[in-house]
Formats: sequence, structure tokens, C-alpha cells
Amino acid sequence: MFATAIIVFREVLEASLIIGILAAATRNVPNSRRWLIAGLLAGLAGSGLVAAFTDVIGSLASGVGQEIFNSIVLGIAVLMLAWHNIWMSSHGAALAASAKSTGKNISSGTSECSILLVIVGLAVLREGSETVLFLYGIAASNGGGQNAMLLGGVIGMLAGIAVGYMLYAGLLRVPLRWFFTATGILVLLLAAGMASQAAHFLIQADLLPSLAAPLWDTSAVLPESGLPGMLLHSLIGYDSRPAGMQIVFYLTALVSIFIGMKLVARPRQSSTRK
Amino acid sequence: MKRALITTLLLPFVAFATGMLLVSLLLPNVALAAGTEFALVIRDHHFVPAEIAIPSRTKVRLVVENQDATPEEFDSFSLNREKVIAGRSTATIYIGPLAPGRYPFSGEFNSDSAQGVIVAQ
Repeated sequence: MFATAIIVFREVLEASLIIGILAAATRNVPNSRRWLIAGLLAGLAGSGLVAAFTDVIGSLASGVGQEIFNSIVLGIAVLMLAWHNIWMSSHGAALAASAKSTGKNISSGTSECSILLVIVGLAVLREGSETVLFLYGIAASNGGGQNAMLLGGVIGMLAGIAVGYMLYAGLLRVPLRWFFTATGILVLLLAAGMASQAAHFLIQADLLPSLAAPLWDTSAVLPESGLPGMLLHSLIGYDSRPAGMQIVFYLTALVSIFIGMKLVARPRQSSTRK
Repeated sequence: MKRALITTLLLPFVAFATGMLLVSLLLPNVALAAGTEFALVIRDHHFVPAEIAIPSRTKVRLVVENQDATPEEFDSFSLNREKVIAGRSTATIYIGPLAPGRYPFSGEFNSDSAQGVIVAQ
């Protein structure tokens, strides 16, 4: 039961942290909550579909279809997160100024909200499909101890959701001065981490060279199997044994999104001009 | 809002479908040297054979056939590979080049019985 709880916890944690960060970051964007929930539901439905078609997906592209699917999903998520951060860079100040946004913010808010739906939907789809397959395997197997394992799965799910909620609640407590910087950095690291993960899958599918694998090995000090390692993996894309190419993807995503954010950021209007 | 909703639900699906199609069609079958493809079977939540000898310092294609009805996840910390394989289907995993040694792997969904080791020599 414990083993099952950990497996499900790990999957749910990744999606739950993403949702927590985005929910906090967009709390002033009108209707964002609705779109986040819509994304969650779409992702759940999608994960059922993906689980049902795992064999078809897996056998595409000479047996590495699953890796390609995962990297495409991650790639889209990286683009959406980049778009979100760039959007927030140009609108964030206006949102902070008016706690209740009305009028002209609504139309631009819709494009941002639809991004939220896609990011959340894809995150839930990715993690959910593995969880669905795992739980289905338990339910369908003839071995004993199923109830304990399913209970473990539920516990893992609740624990994962709880951690995501704690992150959300914690972010809301950040003083407004630092709030957008904090959430902006978190989303930036999320995107870079996903880019690194996408590279990992493409290397696994033999579509990318690894360029020195692993570049470092910190699995003795900070293993990904422990809780701090899991959190760091989900939040900043920590990998205890990354391939060189993963670092290339990570830094490229980090730098390009950062530059994009800086290019669109409106300079602060100073009240007194010389 | 409805139009935006439809577009954003369709967009990733279209992107994914196009991507998969393109890669599947354009990806040539990876040519490996003779003697570098190995078969692994999952049967009754066990790996058969439980030990596979592969040449060291060579890229190897592992073709894993899951003969069970339920899905299994091929999981190996030392090989840095993790892959879900649906019930009654086959998947391909590339490993190596590996230094000589033993590299254990397991089926994460049935870890008490699904255990194996790759021996690179």
C-alpha cells in the first residue's frame, strides 16, 4: 500500500504543483478559476483516453511513440508557459493595480485563460494517464491486497493535492511587491524543467544525442526518490543524473523566455519625471 | 468564450497528431549493428529472461513484449529508463552504450515479482 501511495503521489504532485502555481499567479485574472477547472476536467478525460490508447501510441514510430508523445506534450506546455509569462510581463502590473479587473482586461484575459486550460489540461493528461494505467492494472489483476493498494493510491492522490494546495496558499501570502516576481520565476523554472524532461524523452527514443550522460551524479546526496528530490524535480526540473543535452534545453528555455519577458515588460511609469 | 474553448482544446490535439504523424513517417528505422537487438518478455508479472547479456559500450535496442493483460512499467534507476507498456503490446527501449557491469531493472507496477538485470560484458 505504501509503495502504491508513493507512485501515485509522485504523479499527482507534478500536476498539482503546476496548478497551484498558476492558480496563484492568475488570481486576479477574471474567470481564471473557471478555466483552470475546465483544464483539470479536460485533462482527466484526456488521460483516460491516452491510457486507453497507450498501446497504439507506444507502437507508433518504431516503438518509441510514447517518448515522442511525451516530448510533444511537454513541448506544447513549455510554449504555453512561455506565453503565460510573457503575457504576465506586459499585463501583470495592470492586474496588480486593479484587484477587480473589468473592461479591456477581459478580452486579453481570455487568451491568457485559454493558455491556462491547455497547460493544466496537458499536465493532468500526462501524469493522469500513467496513474490511470497503474490503477487499472491493480484493479484488473488477480492478486490479493487490491483494496490496500487502491487505498494507497487514494492516499497518494490526496497527499499530492494537499502539497499543491499548500504551495498555492503559501504563494498567496507573498507580499504583492514580490508576488509577480515570485510566480514569474516559478513558472520560468517550470518551463525550463519541462524542456529538460522533453530532451530526456527524445534521448531515450534515440532522437537526440545525449552529449555526456550523466553530466553529474548527485543521486547519493539528493535522490529523486526522496521527498525533497521529488519537489525539486517538479518545481525546478532537478535531475540527479542529467544528460548534457538536457542542460542545453534547460538553459535555452530559461534564457529565451527570460529575454521574451524583459522585451515586453512595460517600463514602470515614474510619478515624477525630471 | 466558446470559440476560445474549442480552439484551445483542438490546438494541442492537432499539434500532437501532426507531430506524431510526421515523426512516424519521416523517422527512418534506426539501423543498429547486427546482434544489438534483444527481446524481453513480461509474462505473469515476471521478466523472461530475468538476465540478459549485452555487449558493453554499444547502443542496444531492447524490445519488450508485455504478454500480460495489464500494463507494466519498465523501470531502471541504473539504466535511467522508465517506460509504461500497455497490456498485450510491445515497446522499444534504447539503452547504452554501457560500461561493463550489472544493471538491474524492475516492473514498477509489480515490483515483487518483476525483476531482472542487464549484464553488460
